[in-house]
Amino acid sequence: MAAQQFKNPVVRWIDSRLPIFSMMNHEYNEYPMPRNVNYLWSFGAIAMLVLIVMIVSGIFLAMHYTPHTDYAFESVERIMRDVNFGWLIRYVHMNGASMFFIAVYIHIFRGLYYGSYKQPRELLWMIGVVILLLMMATAFMGYVLPWGQMSFWGATVITNLFSAVPLVGDEIVVWLWGGFSIDNPTLNRFFALHYLLPFVILGAVFLHVAALHVVGSNNPLGIDTKGPQDTVPFNPFMTIKDGLAMVVFVLVWAAFVFYAPNYLGHPDNYIPANPLVTPAHIVPEWYFLPFYAILRAVPDKLGGVVLMFGAIAVLFVLPWLDTSRVRSARFRPLYKIFFWLLVICSLTLGYVGAMPAEGIWVVIGRIATAYYFFHFLILLPLLGKLERPRPLPASISQPVLRGGGRLASGTVAKPMEKS
Amino acid sequence: MSETTHPSGAGGHGGHGGDGGSRRDFLLLATGAVAAVGVGSLAWPFIASMNPAADTLALASIDVDLSPIAVGQAITVTWRGKPVFIRRRTEAEIAAARAVDVSSLPDPQTDEERAVQPEWLVMVGVCTHLGCVPLGQKATDDKGDFGGWFCPCHGSHYDTAGRIRRGPAPANLLVPEYAFLDDTTIRLG
Repeated sequence: MAAQQFKNPVVRWIDSRLPIFSMMNHEYNEYPMPRNVNYLWSFGAIAMLVLIVMIVSGIFLAMHYTPHTDYAFESVERIMRDVNFGWLIRYVHMNGASMFFIAVYIHIFRGLYYGSYKQPRELLWMIGVVILLLMMATAFMGYVLPWGQMSFWGATVITNLFSAVPLVGDEIVVWLWGGFSIDNPTLNRFFALHYLLPFVILGAVFLHVAALHVVGSNNPLGIDTKGPQDTVPFNPFMTIKDGLAMVVFVLVWAAFVFYAPNYLGHPDNYIPANPLVTPAHIVPEWYFLPFYAILRAVPDKLGGVVLMFGAIAVLFVLPWLDTSRVRSARFRPLYKIFFWLLVICSLTLGYVGAMPAEGIWVVIGRIATAYYFFHFLILLPLLGKLERPRPLPASISQPVLRGGGRLASGTVAKPMEKS
Repeated sequence: MSETTHPSGAGGHGGHGGDGGSRRDFLLLATGAVAAVGVGSLAWPFIASMNPAADTLALASIDVDLSPIAVGQAITVTWRGKPVFIRRRTEAEIAAARAVDVSSLPDPQTDEERAVQPEWLVMVGVCTHLGCVPLGQKATDDKGDFGGWFCPCHGSHYDTAGRIRRGPAPANLLVPEYAFLDDTTIRLG
C-alpha cells in the first residue's frame, strides 16, 4: 500500500521488502509538527547535527591518535602541526564538545520552560536524561585523551569520586584504573570507551526520536494538537526552519574554531601530564562547572558525590515532581518566575565552580546548591497545588484563525482543564 | 494429555496443574538458572580483565636510599605510579605531632602508629579526598595551617604526621607498607 506512492521502481521494489522509504516519508516528510513551534524547537535537530559531526571528526582523529601515555600528547601535537588539516579537524572536534553541550542545555531548558517532560512525554524526557549522562561520560573520557595536565588530574579527581562508595570504593577505583594510579591501562580503556559511547548515544537518540514521534512534539502553548488545522508537515516547514537554525549555529561554532579555538579550553592541558605535580587550580570544562560546584559545596566526600549525581537524578524523576498539569510556563505565572530563578541558580553554580573553593564562593555555592534541590524537590510539587494557571486557549489554530491572540477566557478554557 | 497442550493454564500455577505444569515450571526455572549462571561466569573474565595486570602488579616494590636527606628535608619518589613523600622530620615537628589530642582528630591515629622510626615519615602523597598531590614537600610550598601538607585542589590541611586536620578529605595520608633494610635504606611494598 505504502510502496505505491513511489514512482521509482527500484525504490518501490526495496520499499515493499524493507519499508525504509515509507518510514522516512512518514517520520521526516509527513510528520505533523505543531504549527506554532519557535526556534527553541530547533535545538534537538542542532544537537543531532553536532553528534554526527563529532562522530565523523572523531573517526578521522582516531586515524592519527596513539592511545599510549608515552605518545598520546605528541600524537595530538602531530595532528596539530603535521597532519593535513589536522588542526581544523581537532579544533572542530574540541569545540564541538562545547557546542554539543550548549545545544543540549538549551534543549533541556526549553523542555523545562514549556513542560515538555509532562504526561505523555515522561519516557521521552527520561531517555533524554540518559543521553545527557552518556554525553558527560563521553566528554570526560575524550578530555583525558590528549594526556595533558588537566587530562590527567581531571581524570584523577573524577575517578576518585568512586572511592567515596562505602566498603568497595577503593577496589572500584583500582578496577577503573587497571592499576594503582591513572596510567597507560586507564588511557587505553578511556580511548576504547570514548570511541564506543557516541554510537551508544546515537542508539539512545534513535529511541528518543522514536518516542517523540509516538506522542508528537510539544509546542509553546503546551496544549495538544487537535487536528490538521493545528499542524504543518515536517517537510518543508521544519526542514527549512531547522536548516536555517543549523546554519546560524554552525556560524557560531566556526567563529570559535577559526578565531578563538582555545577560548573554551584550559592552557594547562598543553603541558604534558605529570603524575607528581598537581596544577594549582583543577577546573573541569565549563559544561561540568555547575556539577563541580555542587560537589564542592558539601564538606563531606560521600555527601558531595551523592549530591552531584543527585542533581541529575532529580531530572530523571522530574515528571513526577512537577504536580501541575499545565505544561507551558506561559500559563503558569509563578512557575515562570521560578524557572528564571533556576536559570540564574544554574549559571551561578557554573560561575562558582570555576572559582577557588574558599571564602565567599563556598557560601554562595552552598546557597545555590540548596536552591537547586529546593526548586525540584519542594517547590515544584507544591507549586502545582498552589498556583492558579491562566486560562488555556482551546486550540493552537484558534487564536490565528480568529485573527487575534486574546481569547474570551472562562468558557473557552474550561473544556481544556479537564483534558 | 489435554493438560500439557495448554501451557497458559498450567504454566502459571506451580503444582496445581498436575504433572505437566510442575515439570514445565521446573524446566523453565532450570533453564533460566543455567543461563544466568552461564552469563554470569562469562561476564567475570571480562570484568576481571580490567583489574591490574600481572606486569602492573610485578612493579610493586622499590628500595629507597635515605642517606642524602638532611634533617628537615623531604623527597618524593614514585612508587606504583604514585608519589611517595619521605620527610626527615625535625624534633619540633615530631613534638608537634605527638602533642595533639588523638581523640580530637577526624581520623584518630597516634604519631607512633604512623612512623616506624620517629624521624622518618613515609606516606603516599595522594590526598585522600580526590587524589591530588598535596603541597609541602619543597621549602617554599604552602604547608597549610598545621605545618604539614596542604592540598590546593579542595583545601585539605594535613599536620606534621600527615594526619587530616581540616578540609574535605576523610582520612589521613596513607602510610604504605615498608620496612627498614638497614639504617639508611627502606623497601616500599
